[in-house]
Amino acid sequence: MKVHITVNGVPADTDVEPRLLLVHYLRDTLGLTATNVGCDTSSCGACTVLVDGESVKSCTVLTVQADGTDITTLEGLSPSPDELHPMAAAFRQEHGLQCGFCTPGMVMAAVGLLEEHPRPTEREVREGLKGNLCRCTGYHNIVRAVLRASGQDPDAAPDLVAPGFSTGSGT
Amino acid sequence: MIPVAFDYVRPESVDAAVALLGERGEDASVLAGGHSLLPLMKLRFAAPELLIDIGRLEELQYLRLDGDEIAIGAGTRHTTLEASELLDTECPLLPAVARTVGDPQVRHRGTLGGSLAHADPASDLPAAVLALDGTVVLRGPRGARRVPLTGFYTGVFSSVKEPDELLVEVRVPRTGAAGWAYEKFTRRANDWAIVAVAVVDGWVGLVNMGPTPLRASATEAALAGGASIEEAAALADEGTDPPADSAGSTEYRRHLARLLTRRALTTAGR
Amino acid sequence: MSIMGTRVVRTEDPAFLTRGGTYTADIALPGALHLTLVRSPVAHARIASVDVAEARSAPGVVDVVTGTDVDLEPVRMGPVGHAAMVRPFLATDRVRFVGEPVAAVLTEQAYEGPDAAELVIVDYYPLPAVVDLQAAARDEVLLFDEAGTNTVVGFGLEKPFDEHLFDGCDAVVTAEIVNQRLAAAPLETRAATAQWGDDGRLTLWCSTQNAQATRAEVAGWLGIETARLRVITPDVGGGFGAKIGADPEFALVGWLAQRTGRAVRWSESRSENMTGMLQGRAQRQTVTIGGTRDGRVLAYRLDILADAGAYPRLGAFLPYFTRSMAPAVYDIARVESRARVVATTTTSIGAYRGAGRPEATAAIERAMDMFATEIAADPAEVRKRNLIPPDAFPFRTKGRVTYDSGEYAKALDLVLDAAGYAGLRAEQAARRERGDAVQLGIGLATFVEITGGGAFAEDASVEVHPGGTVTVLTGTSPHGQGHATAWAMLASEHLGIPIEMITVRHGDTDLVPRGAGTMGSRSLQTGGVAVDQAAAELVELAKQRAADVLEAAVGDLELVGGAVRVRGTDASVALGRLAETERLRTEATFDSGAPTFPFGAHLAVVEVDVESGKAVVNKIVTVDDAGPVLNPLIAEGQRHGGIAQGIAQALFEEVVFDPDGNPLTASFADYGVPSAAELPSFTLLDMATPTHLNPLGVKGIGEAGTIGATPAVQNAVVDAVAHLGVRHIDMPATPLRVWEAIRAGSS
Repeated sequence: MKVHITVNGVPADTDVEPRLLLVHYLRDTLGLTATNVGCDTSSCGACTVLVDGESVKSCTVLTVQADGTDITTLEGLSPSPDELHPMAAAFRQEHGLQCGFCTPGMVMAAVGLLEEHPRPTEREVREGLKGNLCRCTGYHNIVRAVLRASGQDPDAAPDLVAPGFSTGSGT
Repeated sequence: MIPVAFDYVRPESVDAAVALLGERGEDASVLAGGHSLLPLMKLRFAAPELLIDIGRLEELQYLRLDGDEIAIGAGTRHTTLEASELLDTECPLLPAVARTVGDPQVRHRGTLGGSLAHADPASDLPAAVLALDGTVVLRGPRGARRVPLTGFYTGVFSSVKEPDELLVEVRVPRTGAAGWAYEKFTRRANDWAIVAVAVVDGWVGLVNMGPTPLRASATEAALAGGASIEEAAALADEGTDPPADSAGSTEYRRHLARLLTRRALTTAGR
Repeated sequence: MSIMGTRVVRTEDPAFLTRGGTYTADIALPGALHLTLVRSPVAHARIASVDVAEARSAPGVVDVVTGTDVDLEPVRMGPVGHAAMVRPFLATDRVRFVGEPVAAVLTEQAYEGPDAAELVIVDYYPLPAVVDLQAAARDEVLLFDEAGTNTVVGFGLEKPFDEHLFDGCDAVVTAEIVNQRLAAAPLETRAATAQWGDDGRLTLWCSTQNAQATRAEVAGWLGIETARLRVITPDVGGGFGAKIGADPEFALVGWLAQRTGRAVRWSESRSENMTGMLQGRAQRQTVTIGGTRDGRVLAYRLDILADAGAYPRLGAFLPYFTRSMAPAVYDIARVESRARVVATTTTSIGAYRGAGRPEATAAIERAMDMFATEIAADPAEVRKRNLIPPDAFPFRTKGRVTYDSGEYAKALDLVLDAAGYAGLRAEQAARRERGDAVQLGIGLATFVEITGGGAFAEDASVEVHPGGTVTVLTGTSPHGQGHATAWAMLASEHLGIPIEMITVRHGDTDLVPRGAGTMGSRSLQTGGVAVDQAAAELVELAKQRAADVLEAAVGDLELVGGAVRVRGTDASVALGRLAETERLRTEATFDSGAPTFPFGAHLAVVEVDVESGKAVVNKIVTVDDAGPVLNPLIAEGQRHGGIAQGIAQALFEEVVFDPDGNPLTASFADYGVPSAAELPSFTLLDMATPTHLNPLGVKGIGEAGTIGATPAVQNAVVDAVAHLGVRHIDMPATPLRVWEAIRAGSS
């Protein structure tokens, strides 16, 4: 099936098998290998990219579903290694990455988060990134990086925000 | 992991989708956000021959007042429910429950209709719509019909929706200022609920307490009869048949149903 | 100003943050075949037949291979075990765990593999599964008939326990403790790509923590000289011990590349990873502790029954370390331990962050709390009463190892003060008094561990190139630990050349033939010291060369900003200039000869909803003393990650098999790796006690967080509900388990 997809500003018309997952289109068809696959169950978020500006797990989207969309991957985020996107720069400054495998998905999820919540609290950052697993950092410095990228001083954040007992809400 | 190969069509209208279902409903699956279906297909637990993608049908994406009800197009995404001012005013339980579904990436893709049609008893939104006494509208070759959610589910992943029918609309009442609460109990924030309880205006919906989403009928009756929150909540697991797994024994789920119902009723202020 | 001890941001990050890392699965060789493995769906069975005819004719299939096609000898894959406990590269007549590879399918396209693999028909004749460790030890069902036993190895089994060990003790407590099986769960699963060259050499790209050992193992398994194998480790997406050494699949990929004459790529799915990759921990422990009513511990006994999984690997040896570290930070007069390691029809056990030491720490830290409860004493006070005092080092322990340095009481006092221990206890008492639904628990762990054990030596070379750039070669290859930055800092400190001009290379056996890799928190104290020494020697070499150029005595020369200068003058020559005529390169080998013993104290504060049983970590305060810190940013990151994995073991994670050996946690939907939403931010305190065992005074930091945090959090959960009659809760302390413990305690 023919699809027209713009990735990192570059439009392309491609003929794809209906079952081709978007993550494999990015990695194997386009050779954009920053986006990684970490699980089979949409649990880890390593494959997160922005589709029309929204964070999406590209392992759980068919390429044909992305027909006509505008996609941003990590490769399209920063102008150059010397000129990092503010989120990427904050990840570096706060040491928000170690092995780097979850990083592309984590950074894209974080960019998507700030689009929707420009000044999140620490709790909101943690909840907002719950679809992305990192095994190296314990998230401590990832959370700091996102707070910093949102223009907040991570050291000035309230002392600690423990996870709650219930996601319950009500009047 | 990758799915078994399939054919794919993206009909231009609901009519076209329904016509396709009429022809090939038995072999086809409807694809909306895909966040229930595609994981199953990747693990090869499901292998439909045809996917009918309704994800872009704008005629299924709406949210509007309709008399005493709110009519929601089946293709409305969780993220749209979350952000809806109309729902926040008229039916605040629904966006609150939508905010607890999965993670932001899932909510950007998942739809209300897909969640209801998938019929997963561990899913959040079916129990919420059940507690709201909501209705779904099904369209098929024989026309449209309205089915109250109380009569919709027949078992795990199954409902009265025929293979040639498409769930096109969800209708929930305007609950306005009525008290409501959603108590979702998970190990990790992103896990499926071990048990969850949705309460609105004295109605109680239970997640993962049996093969289908359930109403806590005994609790509702007790409340209507003037029982205290404690007394009513103690009946929340009556008539349920909760599963047992590593997250919870049946006994534990029964306990959680009672506990979370008490807390939800307290939060909702009855 | 010295760069040592400063918060240098990582030089490797711009690449990771703009194009992403280059992991093994990213390496796309033209014309490479894709390998899909058919894996056993049953835990224990005889294979009656394997029918590949239909699979062979599926679209895109180039070859389908079964166990009988593979002419590699089955091998013993661990350091211990009966000679008959060998693993074939594809199963032939028998499978011994769910996930064992049975057939290999090679296809032109990746998507064709799973379709064809479904068509391979294997006829299994089921045998009884062996999952329970006690049942395995009874040898009723044998995994390896020729071995005659399931016991892989015993440590200290030769003589019976001393029946007088607890003589003179006023109080003796004993408990059965499960240190549950865990999945390392690096975000990158296992992957390998192999290609034979026209020169008859095999190049193997693979995700491993130690390329050189992988080369030796794979060459041995393939029966080729090591010189014919080049192993390249690209970026590695996390290892945590489970990527130490080679996996059998690596050799199979190389063998298939030879058979087909094509390059072969393999990258496993997460479901495969959750059954095929080495797992960790998996000990059942019986602890007994005894002492006086005033809090002096007199005797401690640790009896271990450990799981090796189906084919014994490194994990079968790790209870040796558990025994070594059994007495931990305490000066206990009488200590004894033993371990029996048994094979079961489950995934093989290997190293996982801490590898033998967390199991020792968890055992004695639970025991100390139980002892404190028994004598109605404060757990902090009981610990202080028994800690090895600072003037006792070097200290020869009852575990027969020698601790180099330590200030254990100081570490404990630091965390108690920072956390406001007295205030926390007062808050806890108030909540108990009120009967709150949400109770407070305070958990402590004081710990010591071994780092740089096993392999004490490491090489490094430093070379300045014409133009002034520098290459550092190291055998310690990182998978997230920041060596590219840290080793550049060490070189920069001596050479005065900025780190941006220094490239650290590793993980290619043609480039770095010798090295022991990154594991056991060993890198800085071995490889880092070697870099430090090579750089220092390079300065001396440069001075000797510069003495001729500058016509000055070596003693009058100094190194400033990447140039050798005659002291007190403007006469200087850049290092890059000195490299123009002759290579300016030095090598150094550092052999510490002994491991070091980092230590620390962790305090965890948890809240437990006693109605639902759910526990959440509110706060964790830690001292992880690994001596002087080279780069605090990186060291803190190691601590954060370790703490998170410790909390994960205490509260969330467990690999579970049903009685038939079926894995119940074979995906990230079922295995509980925590997200950011389950964890708090961490409070880290600084303390640095140097070791005398290396010139930098440094110890390892990679595993400390996990070792301390696990029992601190577990102790905190038990502490939160201790007033309800609960004495112990096994890990992970799930809501279900906590609720059941409370019900049992109050009944």
